[in-house]
Amino acid sequence: MSRVARGLSLVAGGAVSARPSTPAEAGAQTRVSAPLLALRARAGPLPSQGNWELPRPERPTLCELFAAHPRDGGWAGFLLAQVATAKPLLWVQDRMAILESGRIHPPGLPSQNLIHVTARDAKDALWAMEEGVRCAALSAVIGELWGDPRALDFTATRRLAVACERSGVPCWLVRLGGIANLSGARMRWRIASAPSLIHPLDGRSPGVPVWDAELFRARGAPPGRWSVAHEADRFHLVAAAGDRALGAGERLTA
Amino acid sequence: MPQLAIERWAQASDSPPEAPIVLTVEGTHGPIIHAVTAAAATRGARPGARLTDARALDPALVALPADPAGDAALVERLALWAGRWSPLVEVDGDGLRLDVSGVAHLFGGKDGLVADIRARFARMGLTARIAIAPTAAAAWALARYKGDIPALPVAALRLDGDTTRTLERLGLKTVGALMNLPRLALARRFRGADNVVDALDRMLGRKDEPLTAVPSDPPPCAALRLEEPATHPEAAAQALERLIPKLVRQLEHRHLGARRLSLTGFRVDGSVAQSSVATAIPSREPKHLARLLADKAAALDPGFGFDAFALTAEWTESLGAAQESLVEEPSGERDIARLVDRLSVKLGPSHVLRPQAFESHLPERASGWVAALTTTKATELPSPPQRPPRLLDRPEAIDVIYATPEGVPRRFVWRRAVHDIARVDGPERIAPEWWRSPSSARLRDYYRVEDGDGRRYWIYREGLIGDGRGGLPNWFMHGLFG
Repeated sequence: MSRVARGLSLVAGGAVSARPSTPAEAGAQTRVSAPLLALRARAGPLPSQGNWELPRPERPTLCELFAAHPRDGGWAGFLLAQVATAKPLLWVQDRMAILESGRIHPPGLPSQNLIHVTARDAKDALWAMEEGVRCAALSAVIGELWGDPRALDFTATRRLAVACERSGVPCWLVRLGGIANLSGARMRWRIASAPSLIHPLDGRSPGVPVWDAELFRARGAPPGRWSVAHEADRFHLVAAAGDRALGAGERLTA
Repeated sequence: MPQLAIERWAQASDSPPEAPIVLTVEGTHGPIIHAVTAAAATRGARPGARLTDARALDPALVALPADPAGDAALVERLALWAGRWSPLVEVDGDGLRLDVSGVAHLFGGKDGLVADIRARFARMGLTARIAIAPTAAAAWALARYKGDIPALPVAALRLDGDTTRTLERLGLKTVGALMNLPRLALARRFRGADNVVDALDRMLGRKDEPLTAVPSDPPPCAALRLEEPATHPEAAAQALERLIPKLVRQLEHRHLGARRLSLTGFRVDGSVAQSSVATAIPSREPKHLARLLADKAAALDPGFGFDAFALTAEWTESLGAAQESLVEEPSGERDIARLVDRLSVKLGPSHVLRPQAFESHLPERASGWVAALTTTKATELPSPPQRPPRLLDRPEAIDVIYATPEGVPRRFVWRRAVHDIARVDGPERIAPEWWRSPSSARLRDYYRVEDGDGRRYWIYREGLIGDGRGGLPNWFMHGLFG
């Protein structure tokens, strides 16, 4: 996608944020972490993007998440920022996903209270996910599938979605190197990494991660494309590189 | 089972019963007869004789090699199968030894038990000589020799050949003759040899048989005997419906919960089919156990048909009557454990894991995994700063371009794709564990790098130039950041 097109979609997302912020939201802004405050200090006055919210399903359901590239691990940060960690997590990976993009590493995750399942193929992985979704004692179920397995059809995703909504356990189906064909998922994202924000203390090292998140199908929410970063328990809009003029005063810049 | 070898051979072959066949094993001086058919026995062949001697009596004998290992395997399998009569079965040479104390009344008394055993062995085409006696040694002797204990030959004492021969030469041909002798004289005469007094005491019950150890606390077990052999594949599942309530009642009575269950199907041909499941926390809930075992039961191969089933809780832990919570939301620990059970049964325990911390600085060692079945608590790992959420199982070699060998990387090639490094943070130096790894192990300098697209990786350089542990340092890709 060209720069121009990306800028246009940013405007589409930004249009939602044009409303003035309420006092409660202004209060929420004061809890922003130190690096972000430093960023804002450098960027001038506080941008008026406090009331922008990332679209989320109204109740726990199945969301599908496509990695823009199998070697791009950016989606993990985007996903983990939205997962509650009070209860254990079930993380299912099929064999190819582990070979191609690595096994999960608990010290890098927000919570180590998790159960990891290595599935031989997509069929086993989907079965394990469905078993997990039926168990209300889990905080979420995450399943990574490689490619476009035959077992993953509309019926399988629809079953998962219905089971999720019945039990109230959110489920994330992560597709690595797959094509977005027919699916029963209620929200479908495509996540790519974007150049991170400038580190406030060291300009040469990576800063707060930024994702180029495209919501290309959702029930009850318009599709859109945003550049977002996660800080202080919420997502913030970020001006993508080269979009400074478009996003001036509207979004967080670095 | 005196004729096990020849009967097993006869079942496997289709030769007519009147053929004079002998099975032989190799001895020090040529082949020795191991087992004979009835036809061969009438022609003078007997087990233990040399084949050449028997051939001298009748040159028409047909000699075939025996298979002692196969016979022993059959005895082993029969020992498992004999678990239907008694919980304690021992393989004793070419026979089986069952502890039937307190068991016989289940089969209509001692005579009923003996008749049942004989009939079931006969149905398999095996001749069994059965004896019930208060001591194991006496039962062994009575199964092999005829008569009362005093009238038995001294060979029934199970002494070695030299001692037996010495006793016979001394004119002590029966056990009764030995019993009449003063013990002191007997003990002094056979001091170095296989102890005659001991053998006598074991047979007469004056001394315990040291081999037989009865487990003080047999595992909870439910058994089901069928009127007719069932070959239907669903037979096991149907039997399970009856076995589980029985077993659960036993577990409740003893305040136990099952950690490992095994379902055994006894086939009519004397073989057994067995499969087992494990649970993460002790459980005695019928519905959960039934769900775990359902797949396993359906997969049991009926073969020629099952005529009995047993469900055993092989491993139990104490489990009191418990209520998870009265007013608060239940913690869900039990639900999680059940989920782990189901996943482990289907996918295998080694595929359902929980993180386990190890005291190490090497990332791949520090965060290990253990089977979720073996632990119920999540262990909190000490979180070092800036660890990636994903780690490759095996670090992959990459080609790196750098400005200076000691400096930061500029560009790397991983899986044939070129990544220009836009930002870099590091190094974080992790020294090798000299107490475990070989002395040639090199230190690692980890860098967090971000390429032009914003993808962030965890790469490391192994070694330094001039550290004396190899040539130029190699670079590896180890993890992906989110």
